[in-house]
Amino acid sequence: MRKDYNLEKRRYVIGGFIVIIALIYIVRLFSLQVLDSKYKEYADSNAFLRKAVYPSRGIIYDREGRLVVYNQPAYDVMVIPRDVKQFDTVDFCRTLNITPEDLRKRFVDMKDRRRNPGYSSYSPQRLLTHLTAEEYGRLQEKLYRFPGFYIQKRILREYNYRSAANVLGNIREVAQKDIDKDAYYMPGDYIGDIGIEHTYERFLRGKKGAEVLMRDALGRIQGRYEEGALDRDAVAGKNIKLSLDIELQQYAESLMMNKKGAVVAIEPSTGEVLCLVSSPSYDPRLLVGRERGNNYNEMMRDPDKPLFNRAIQATYPPGSTFKPTQGLILLEEGIITTGTMFPCAHGFISGGLRVGCHGHGSPLPLKPALQTSCNAYFCWGFKAMVDKRSKYGSSANAFDIWKKHMVSMGYGYKLGIDLPGEYRGFIPNVEFYNKWYGAGHWSANTIISISIGQGEILATPLQIANLCATIANRGHYITPHVVKEIQDTVVPKEYIETHTPTVASHWYNDIAEGMRMAVTGGTCRLANLADIEVCGKTGTAQNPHGRDHSAFMGFAPYHDPKIAIAVYVENAGFGATFGVPIGSLVMERYLRGHIPPERKYLEERMLQSNTIQFAGTKKH
Amino acid sequence: MQNEKGSTVLKHVDWFTVILYIILVMAGMVSIYAASYDFDHANMLSFAEFSGKQFRWIGLSLLLGLVLLLIDVRVYENYAYVIYGSVLFLLLITIFIAPDIKGSRSWLVIGPMSLQPAEFGKFATALCLAKLFSSYNFVLNASRKNYMLALMVIFLPVVLILAQKETGSALVYLSLFFVLYREGMSGLVLLAALCAVTFFVVAVKFTGSLLLGIPSGQAAVFIMIMVLIVAMLAIYCKDFVAARNVFLWFVVSGAIATILEICGITIPGTIFFISIITVSLVYCTLLMFKSPARKLLITVGTAAAAVVFLFSVNYAFTSILQPHQQMRIKVALGMEEDLRGAGYNVNQSKIAIGSGGLFGKGFLNGTQTKLKYVPEQHTDFIFCTVGEEEGLVGSATVILLFLILILRIITIAERQPTVFGRVYAYCVASYLIFHISINIGMVIGLCPVIGIPLPFFSYGGSSLWGFTFLLFILLRIDASRRERSF
Repeated sequence: MRKDYNLEKRRYVIGGFIVIIALIYIVRLFSLQVLDSKYKEYADSNAFLRKAVYPSRGIIYDREGRLVVYNQPAYDVMVIPRDVKQFDTVDFCRTLNITPEDLRKRFVDMKDRRRNPGYSSYSPQRLLTHLTAEEYGRLQEKLYRFPGFYIQKRILREYNYRSAANVLGNIREVAQKDIDKDAYYMPGDYIGDIGIEHTYERFLRGKKGAEVLMRDALGRIQGRYEEGALDRDAVAGKNIKLSLDIELQQYAESLMMNKKGAVVAIEPSTGEVLCLVSSPSYDPRLLVGRERGNNYNEMMRDPDKPLFNRAIQATYPPGSTFKPTQGLILLEEGIITTGTMFPCAHGFISGGLRVGCHGHGSPLPLKPALQTSCNAYFCWGFKAMVDKRSKYGSSANAFDIWKKHMVSMGYGYKLGIDLPGEYRGFIPNVEFYNKWYGAGHWSANTIISISIGQGEILATPLQIANLCATIANRGHYITPHVVKEIQDTVVPKEYIETHTPTVASHWYNDIAEGMRMAVTGGTCRLANLADIEVCGKTGTAQNPHGRDHSAFMGFAPYHDPKIAIAVYVENAGFGATFGVPIGSLVMERYLRGHIPPERKYLEERMLQSNTIQFAGTKKH
Repeated sequence: MQNEKGSTVLKHVDWFTVILYIILVMAGMVSIYAASYDFDHANMLSFAEFSGKQFRWIGLSLLLGLVLLLIDVRVYENYAYVIYGSVLFLLLITIFIAPDIKGSRSWLVIGPMSLQPAEFGKFATALCLAKLFSSYNFVLNASRKNYMLALMVIFLPVVLILAQKETGSALVYLSLFFVLYREGMSGLVLLAALCAVTFFVVAVKFTGSLLLGIPSGQAAVFIMIMVLIVAMLAIYCKDFVAARNVFLWFVVSGAIATILEICGITIPGTIFFISIITVSLVYCTLLMFKSPARKLLITVGTAAAAVVFLFSVNYAFTSILQPHQQMRIKVALGMEEDLRGAGYNVNQSKIAIGSGGLFGKGFLNGTQTKLKYVPEQHTDFIFCTVGEEEGLVGSATVILLFLILILRIITIAERQPTVFGRVYAYCVASYLIFHISINIGMVIGLCPVIGIPLPFFSYGGSSLWGFTFLLFILLRIDASRRERSF
């Protein structure tokens, strides 16, 4: 036997080689298993399917406890593509009222991983949504003929009333950007869209539960993980009680039929919105179910813009409903007293400028000026303030103070109602006019039309109603809101806090008295009820879109106001012709519960009239 | 007589190895049970399950092992060539009569059983090689004919198995170069193989950013070749002056190239590297006139071969390898993240192992393996189950058990009084080294996916029997070392 000790040493090379490999592998295992935690997550996301358990969405009631919005079951057709066998497509399509082309397209879309990133031929896919009860019944009967298909129950919204669509809003399937914004949502979830469904989404949606299921490599479910130890129950959404009186809302909507405009009624003591009408509106049921998309697109194209919530989004020149604010500022600034009189020569005439007015006594003090809606009075008053250099130094300084008062009364900025999309209106400031006319190149006369709510001034019906509530409260308001109670939650503090404008409370008594006079013997005589003391102020706003807008704001009763209202009817002419009747009828209906026979004619006239035909036509 | 002889054999058997073997096959069966565990029906020994079937294979293997131990050791030596010839014949006919299973023709279906003859080629080749080396006056380095014979013994089964399209099983035979090395083959061959693998990996993997206008991987290989030349001059030829001169030459020309590059003059990389390497090799060639020429010649030859190799890598990779093989290599090198295709297995097996943590998820609690995310988890990817359910502790233990087994076999090899025994033992060690490092390396994402089983662990009778043959013949040879040493 030969022995070569040199070669014998080579065992250490071979042995060393395998030792080094073993060491490398153990280090690699250490880094995979101990240092790197991402593999654990990968394994969990592989194996565990967290299936959402959907809670029922919160129910919505009105202030009287009437059921307004609730849930209804809906049925989706689901399909597990791998399990589908040859089936009678003609029969299938006839059962579901779809065309074979539509069915084919739905299958193509479903398999398109760009549109449907979660596609797997082993897991359930949504083929068709929102079956009608009839379609559901028909398909259920024949389902055995269509292997691979099954029906999944879902929750949709059902509406008891065909009104308040713009307040209630609706729900829609989440878009990718909703998912990006809030990780709570998964594709196929529903989310509140516009209205309180949007604002109070976090309360209404509840909390999804989860079931942890185990899923194999082919996507098949292999049972619950640890007998459901990690499962969480769904928590039902919170119910909501609206401050809206749904019957009052319905009534106001019926009065506004065939008219464009808005009605906002507020309970002055609480800031609770009693009705918030935007006309024309739509049946909220149109935005439920399979036809939602089509109906939505159709309404988007409608020139009358039913989706546009005029009560909070339309900004109108407030016209004469603006005059009470002017009276308040003039009194607060000491420009006038209640006895101060200004002349009216069928209008305001100053330096070649003329603002027309109508026949009434002259000169006259503040309350009769409100009663008769005298333009000249408020022009003179505005001029007296803005041009009072002795007090303010310059027109700009005076105007700045004027503007601050206006803002304190809730104009020029969003009030903060609990509905999405509120507009802020417009109150010009010094910079605005400096830019327009040049600093020092403008004075009261230049901008006189804003004193009577024309010119650059823009306000939403909500802001006008809020002004009215402030006068009714004699000098304070609470931010208007449409939700009265949320189950298990206190009302947010911004809807309890009192806001006090910069005008002293006692001046409001004088304004309220002037508005009372307007009803008893002025422009609002149609609102004069036998046993309810109504206060009011008309507005007839010139605008570039056609006939004057007919506006009204009022509150009642005079001494213990329960309702404050603003009515705005586009292109309907004098405030007295539409604004006053509608406003007074809504107030009466709210306070009395019915309309007495002697005023039925007025109700009838409002129900029958149609002013939408004048909308958009040029003033002749 | 017979009885007494049998008992002597059992007395001298290396029980340490037998116990290691039993531990490994049992651990393998438990892992197969875990890997194929179904929540609905669970019976480890049920013959309807993989684990039950494996249990049957294990029982038969132990029986087989006993039989192998009882056979006279001279049978293995005397019939080595016959066994080798028969297995080669079996491999040959397999090509023609085996059904096509997933593109390979390597399984012989005999009634209810399927056998993979390639698994039995291993012990036959080992016996044959051992017999060849132990033949009278055979010294590997003595003649070229000896080399050719040894290589022929190794490559005949390789060719046949390649023809069955079982690349993985064929590559196993390359591990026998360890045996050749132990028996006197120059270490330069192993060094060359190591360099070849390194150069290949570097050249193929780093194709991105450019250095002197060529891919940085290629440039890196050129630089490694330069280092190799200097190192061989210094360590192998022990000509330190030449090494220093060549080193300075490389540094200076590299510096010049760098300065020119900074000044905005780019020298074509390939020409640059080729020319400075050529200059250094010419210098070495000139040195042969005054120094011992052989080692210098080998140095020059190695360097030149390395350069040629580098150029052929690209060609080989793109033109010779099939697309799926290219993809496997790219995935193994981390160049591709094709998680649905070739990378799926490796990715899922890494997830399985990585999610095991330090102590694992517990027996039968592995979600990756239970829910069948890892394909082939009871055969080639069996190590995943260990990693997932038993964690680092379990998987490192398995690696250490294999390491101990291999080191034990090397010890056994070195204590053999005969060349036959030593060569055979080294063959066994080499096969195990290759199988274990490639299989586990593949599962933990360090090697390309080559479908070979993990010895003793992977499900399958052929593989288990193949390794049982290898091991127990070794134990039989070892058990009779004393009677042969005189």
